[in-house]
Amino acid sequence: MPSFSHFFDTLISSKGLFIDAMMVTLELTVVSILIGIIFGLFFALLKISRIKVLGYISNLYVFLVRGTPLIVQIFILYFGFSGIFLISDFWAAALALAFHNGAYIAEIFRGTIQSVDKGQMEAGRSLGMTRSTTIRRIILPQAFRRALPPLGNQFIIGLKDSSLAAFISMNELFNVATTLGSNNFDEMTYLLIVAVYYLVLVALLTLAVSLFEKKLAVSDR
Amino acid sequence: MSEREMIRIEHLNKSFGDLHVLKDINLSVHESDVVCLVGASGSGKSTLLRCLNFLERKDNGNIFIQGDNIMPKTHDMNEVRQRVGMVFQHFNLFPHKTVIENIIEAPTVVRKVSKAEAIAEAKELLKKVGLEDKADVYPSKLSGGQKQRVAIARALAMKPDIMLFDEPTSALDPELVGEVLATMKELADEGMTMVVVTHEMGFAREVADWIVYMNEGQIIELDRPEEFFENPKEERTKEFLKTTALK
Ligand SMILES: Nc1ncnc2c1ncn2[C@@H]1O[C@H](COP(=O)(O)OP(=O)(O)O)[C@@H](O)[C@H]1O
Ligand SMILES: [Mg+2]
Repeated sequence: MPSFSHFFDTLISSKGLFIDAMMVTLELTVVSILIGIIFGLFFALLKISRIKVLGYISNLYVFLVRGTPLIVQIFILYFGFSGIFLISDFWAAALALAFHNGAYIAEIFRGTIQSVDKGQMEAGRSLGMTRSTTIRRIILPQAFRRALPPLGNQFIIGLKDSSLAAFISMNELFNVATTLGSNNFDEMTYLLIVAVYYLVLVALLTLAVSLFEKKLAVSDR
Repeated sequence: MSEREMIRIEHLNKSFGDLHVLKDINLSVHESDVVCLVGASGSGKSTLLRCLNFLERKDNGNIFIQGDNIMPKTHDMNEVRQRVGMVFQHFNLFPHKTVIENIIEAPTVVRKVSKAEAIAEAKELLKKVGLEDKADVYPSKLSGGQKQRVAIARALAMKPDIMLFDEPTSALDPELVGEVLATMKELADEGMTMVVVTHEMGFAREVADWIVYMNEGQIIELDRPEEFFENPKEERTKEFLKTTALK
C-alpha cells in the first residue's frame, strides 16, 4: 500500500487530470441518463399500451438488457454503431449506456405508472378526456413525481457503470486512473484516488437524492 | 315533470366472465328526475352506473342518452361522456393539481374554453358548493366532504345534462355526509337529472322522484319513494328494507 503522504501528494498533483476525467464521467452519465429517460418512458408506454405486441417488444428490450452484462452491451453497441454510423466514441458510449439505463428506467416508470390509482384514469375519462390525454396530463405527472427517487438511484448506478466506457477508450475517471497508474508504475495509488472521486460523487448524489425525497415527502399531497 | 327522456335503457346485459352482473335491465329517466339506485352490495348498482357513461362496456341491449342510441361504432364516447358527469365514491380528485386546476382541467383541455373563462366558471362553481376559499389548495388539505364537493364542482364544470353519483357519501365520516347531500339536493332542486347510488335512505326518501331497488343484477322494484318505503310490493324489497335502518 502507498504511504498516506504519497497518496495525498499524488491526489493533489493529479487533480487537473482527474477533474477533466470527472467532467467526462459526469457528462457521460448525465447524457446517458437523460436519453435513458426517453428510452425508458417510450418502452414503459409501450408496456402499458393496449396493443399486446408493443408490450412484448418492451419486455424483450428489458429482457435483453437485464440478461446480458453491460460490458457486452457496450462492446456490441460500440462496434455496431461505429460500424454503421459515423459516430464519436463519446456518443457510442453514451448511447450504449443510455440503452442500458433505459431498460431499468422503463421498469421504474412502468411501476410508478401502474401505482397511480386507476380511479385517476376513470375520473379523466368520465370528464370526456381521451385515454391518451388522461395519461399525458393526469397519470404521467404523478408517475414522474414518484419516479424521481428511484431515478436518482439509477443515476448513481449509472455513474459507476460509466466506468466501463474506459474499455472503449473514453477518457473518463477509471480510464485515466489506470493509464496514470501504469505510466507511473503506481497502479494502487491511482486506483485509490479514483475510488475517492467516485465515493465523493456518490455521497453528494445520495445526499441530493435524500434531500429531494424529504422535500417531496413534505409537499406530498 | 318533463316528458323529455334523458336516459333510456333497454334489455341491458353485462357479464364479467361467467358472472352475469346485469340481467335484462330496462329503465327510463326523464329530465330533472332524481333516481336513487338502492340494493345490497354486489347487486350491480355501480356496474349499471358505469355502463351509463361507458366506463364499462355493455354486452348487449341499448342505452339511449337524450334520444341517441349510443354505440361505440357510431358515437364518440368522449363527447357522450361530456353530457354525463360522474361523481365517485373515492372522489378521484387529481392530487397534483389544486382545487381550481382540478375544475378547469377538462373545460380547458376538452371543451377548449379559455383559461380565464374556465377560472371564472370554476369560481362560480366553488361558490355554489361553498368552497370559494379553497381554490388554491391541494386536495390533500381538504376533508372528505370538501373533496367530494370539489369533485361535484369538477363534474359540473363540463356542463353535463345528467349527473351520476356512485355512493358519494360512503367514504365519508358520518359528520361530513350532510354537507355533500345538501349540495346534491341543491343540484336536484335546480333541475339536474341525477342517478344516485346510495345507502342514505333518508336522502332517497326526501329527494328522489323514483327509487330503483336492485338485487342480483335485476331491477326488482321501481317506485315512488312514498310507495317504496311505506308500501313495497315485492317480497325481496320488504326483506331489503328490514335490513336497512331508516335514517
Ligand atoms: N371489473 C370487474 N371484474 C369482475 N367482476 C366485477 C367487476 N366489477 C364488478 N364486478 C362484480 O360484479 C358484481 C356487481 O358489482 P357492482 O356493480 O360493483 O355492485 P354494487 O355497486 O351494487 O355493489 C360483483 O359481484 C362484483 O364483484
Ligand atoms: Mg358499488
